[in-house]
Parts: sequence; structure tokens; C-alpha cells
Amino acid sequence: MTQQLLLYPLLFQLFLSILLMFFWKKIETQKIISIVGGFIGVFLSALLFYKVWHYGTQTVQAANWEAPYGITFVADTLSATLVLLTAIAGMAVSFFSAASVIPARLRFGYFPIYHFLLLGLTGAFLTGDIFNLYVWFEIIIISSFVLITLGGEKAQIEGAVKYFTLNILASIIFLTAIAVLYGLAGSLNMADLAVLVPQLKNRHLVEVTAILFLVGFGIKSAVFPLYFWLPASYHTPPSAVAAIFGGLLTKVGVYALIRIFSLIFLDNEFLNDLLIVIAVLTLFSGAIGALVQKNVRKIFSYLIICHIGFMIGGLGMFTKVALAGMVFYLIHDIMVKTNLFMISGLIYRIKGTNNVKLLGDLYDKYPKLSLLMFIPLLSLIGVPPFSGFWPKVSLIIATLNEKNYVLLGAIILGSLLTLLVVAKLWSEVFWKKGEELPVRKHFLYFKQMDKARKFQFLAPIVMLAGVSLYIGFGAEHMQQLSNRIASELINNQQYIDAVMPQNN
Amino acid sequence: MEFLLAIITGLLYAAGLYMMLRRSMVKLIIGLIIISNGANLLIFLLGRITKGHPPIIPDGSKVFTEIYADPVPQALILTAIVISFGLQSFAIILIKRAYQAVKTDDLDEMNTIEEEIK
Repeated sequence: MTQQLLLYPLLFQLFLSILLMFFWKKIETQKIISIVGGFIGVFLSALLFYKVWHYGTQTVQAANWEAPYGITFVADTLSATLVLLTAIAGMAVSFFSAASVIPARLRFGYFPIYHFLLLGLTGAFLTGDIFNLYVWFEIIIISSFVLITLGGEKAQIEGAVKYFTLNILASIIFLTAIAVLYGLAGSLNMADLAVLVPQLKNRHLVEVTAILFLVGFGIKSAVFPLYFWLPASYHTPPSAVAAIFGGLLTKVGVYALIRIFSLIFLDNEFLNDLLIVIAVLTLFSGAIGALVQKNVRKIFSYLIICHIGFMIGGLGMFTKVALAGMVFYLIHDIMVKTNLFMISGLIYRIKGTNNVKLLGDLYDKYPKLSLLMFIPLLSLIGVPPFSGFWPKVSLIIATLNEKNYVLLGAIILGSLLTLLVVAKLWSEVFWKKGEELPVRKHFLYFKQMDKARKFQFLAPIVMLAGVSLYIGFGAEHMQQLSNRIASELINNQQYIDAVMPQNN
Repeated sequence: MEFLLAIITGLLYAAGLYMMLRRSMVKLIIGLIIISNGANLLIFLLGRITKGHPPIIPDGSKVFTEIYADPVPQALILTAIVISFGLQSFAIILIKRAYQAVKTDDLDEMNTIEEEIK
């Protein structure tokens, strides 16, 4: 029975979303269920993580059909870590949604759909079957479509059309890639594919398939030149929705790229070079895009793109140091990006706008809150000893080892441009003398909220800032974790053995 | 037969992509539908077409003795079709709402996202 522990975080989210649907009209009940459920979800994921950390990779074969015939669920250290991070970010955003999303939106099933999204994310991290991965991706995008359009404002709908089109196109390309891969190798199980694909004779077709996967996941993880849907849509939904999107949705694409390129398509010089070129261009275009934007959330959207470049670069180098840096960056990025979008929601509630030109003197009026918001911003830049610093050290060491000076330059310049963007943001939003904005009617300002609501608003930001601080100051633990994940990724034999023990 | 289906798959992909590149939202949706049908056909095709040999092990033997039709791609297509149904119906509602909000079918005119949002 303890084997099934792997499925608990997954099944629990499904259970929560179904339970929430029974309370369709009772928003207050939904809020309580979602928050309490979030805590239980973190507990279950932590249990899974504990088990994986101490007893190695866990697997469950659906209906006891042995791999490669059935659908396998696998939790290696990478999956377990990401499931845990999903649960933590998910809990924080439940909290934040309860305080920040207006009731008109909550009345149309916000929380059930939100937990379906978390279900999809957890499933995508845990599955060991490539077609099953496609199905989880579809669950993620369908729920995200609903969340992004919920409320139906003009800007939201416009953003949704772009988001929708490119994400569906990505899914179709992913499906095409699966079809070709199945036609070549005759299997869908990722561990089985890891054994079969290197033996295939038709190397050119394998390469084409790899590119198809790269394009499909590249659209989802918003790499250059496939990212244009992201800044066009991420600033339109409520900030709670943008927080979970910004924190996790692009990272699922990165996770899928890691899985595919560490298990199935290995040791291909062309692909690795291509990944590095993409990483360099992504770093530049994201950072330069962020420099010229005038909306806080658009700036953060471009920073998401910029920082995807660090991870893709780490994947492209594919050495142990680089992978450790990449995984560390992934962990840090999920927490920080979720927090940033919540902060943009907080700024919006304080001033009634997200336009950098109109904002100002936050530091003067809310010094304590400004300091709170300073923590994730520092982590984002990577000022030592905050969390963004350590993975960059690993990545830079890896580029030096590989003598890849172009990527080295891109990483340093990307970090500097991020610093510039954040410094500009800080001086404009927090230091600049702000003008008196006209008071908006029917708008709940932060200072008008009662104590309980303020607490609900700030608690998730404090919590994620705390996690970021832990990642920064407890970097030794994180480094250990990332090193272990990196060695598991490099030596994929243990993944294959865990899924198909009968092979030995 | 396989040759013919391969050509049709290619045509569906090309037509779908062409339609998606048009400026009209309705054509965009039609393109999506066509290209997802192309993907389904591709899965079917890559499972290799075998006529009249269901994957049933005959009485008295333990393994397949002759060539058989692979059931896995068909299961995959079924899943993919169901998912694309859901997505397409969502898409149609979405373009209806978009048309009501923006009052145009032209994708190039959907660039007014500079207002403030909650």
C-alpha cells in the first residue's frame, strides 16, 4: 500500500476539485476548503519527497500492468521536488486568491478549476508515459484557458485568444512528435524509449522528432523565438492566476524538455548547440523586452522569458555542474516568479494601477511592505546570499569548464540586465515622488481592507519570501539536492531500472 | 493506401497551418480543427495499417503468430479526438465572446491591451 503514496498528491487534488464543485455557490466554504486542502497537499507532497529522498525512485504501475505495457507513474528526485514546489506555490496562491480575486470571478468555479490546474501540473511531473504526459498537458491548458478567460473582460479575451492559439498549436506539434516517435520505436513508456531510441538506425528521423518535441515544449516554456504569446497574455488575468501561471506553467515545459533530452534524445551535439543558441537569444530578448515595458506585470512577464534562458542553457551544456545549476535555478525560479506576480497584485491593490509611470512613493508610504517586496526582487537579481546567486555560480563554473564563453557572456549580461530592470522598477515604483491618482469607485484599496483580509493578502507573500530566503541561506541543502538530481539525470540507467526492474 | 493517407495527412497539415496564418478568427479555428485531424490521421498511419487482422491471439497459441493491427494508436487517437472536441468547443465559444468584446473578426485589431485590469 505504501507504494501508492506516489499517487496521493495527485488524487488529493482531484478529490479537492470534485469536492469544491459540490459547493459551487458557497464561496466562503470554497475558500476554506481550498486553503486547508493546500496545507494537506503540501504535507502529502512532503511525505512523497521524504520517501524518494530516503528510499530512491518510486514507481507505480497503473492496474499492475508492468512497464512498458501499462502507464507508469514515476517519482524520482526531480519529480518529487517539483511536486513539492507545486504544492507550496499552490497553497500560497490559494491563500492569495481567497483574498485578492473578486467574488464575481469566484462565483464561476474559480477554485475547482484552479485545483484541476494543480492536478494537471502534479500529473505532468509524475507520469512516466509520454502520451500520458500529453494528456496532463491538455488538462493543464484546458484549466488555464478557463482561468485566463474567467471574468470575460475585453483585455482578458484578447490575451486569451493569443494564449489559446499558440498553446493548442504546441499541443498539436507535441502530439505529432509522439506519433512519429511511436512509429519509430513502438513504445510510449519513457524508460522503454530511453532503451529503444538510441538503438534506432534512422538517426535523421530521430533528430527531426527531437526538433518537433523541442518546438512543442519550446512554445510552452516560452523560449526565443516562440514566446510572443506570453507577454501578450500574462498580464491580463487576475494577479493570483498570473502568479500560478508565471510560477509553474512555463516550468512544466522546461521540465518536459529536461525529461525528453535527458532520457530519450541524448548525446546529440547539434541539439545541444541548438539549445545553447536558443538560451543565449532567450536571455537577451527577454531582458531587453523587460527594459522597455511600462506595466509592472509586463516587466515580470519578460523576466520569466529571460530567466528561462538560464535553464535552457544549463540543459544545453549537459554536464553535471550545469544540470545542478539548472535544477537549482528551476527551484528558485518557481518560488520567486510566483511571488513576483503576487507582489504585482499587492501593488495594484495599494495604488489601483500597475502602470510604472503612474506609480510612485511606495517606500515612503509603506516602508515595511516595501522591504517585504524587496526580498523576492533581490532573490530575482541574485544578490548574494539570496537564492538567485548560487545557481548562477554553478552555471558560470559550468560554462568555464566547457569553455563556452558565448553562453558565459549571455548569463552575465542577462543577470546585469535583470539588475538594471529591477533597479529601474525600484526607483520608479518605490522611490519616485508619485502623483495623486484619482480614487477609483467600487475598488477595494489595500488600506480599506480589514485585518483578516490584509493578513490573507500578505501571508502568502511572506511565506514564499521565507522559502526564497531559505533557498538562499540554506543553499548547501539545495546544492545537495540539485547535485543528486543532476547525477540522476546524467545517469539515466537508475530511472530505467526503477521503471522496468524485470530487465535485469 | 498508406501512400494516399500520407498525402492526405500532409495536405491536412498544410491546409491547417495556412488557415491558422490568416487574419480572421473563424479561419483560425477552422485551421486548428483541420490540423488536429491531420495529427490524428498521422498517429493512425504510423501504427502501420494492417487490414483484417485484429490483435487477438488465436486458440491454442500463446503469442501472435502472424502480423496484427496495432491497437495502441487507435486508443491514442480516441483520446486525442475527445480532447480536441473539448478544446474546439471552448475555442468556438471564445471567438464568439471575443467577437462580442472587440466587435471584429480581425486578429490584427486585437491589440488594445493597454488598459488596466483587476
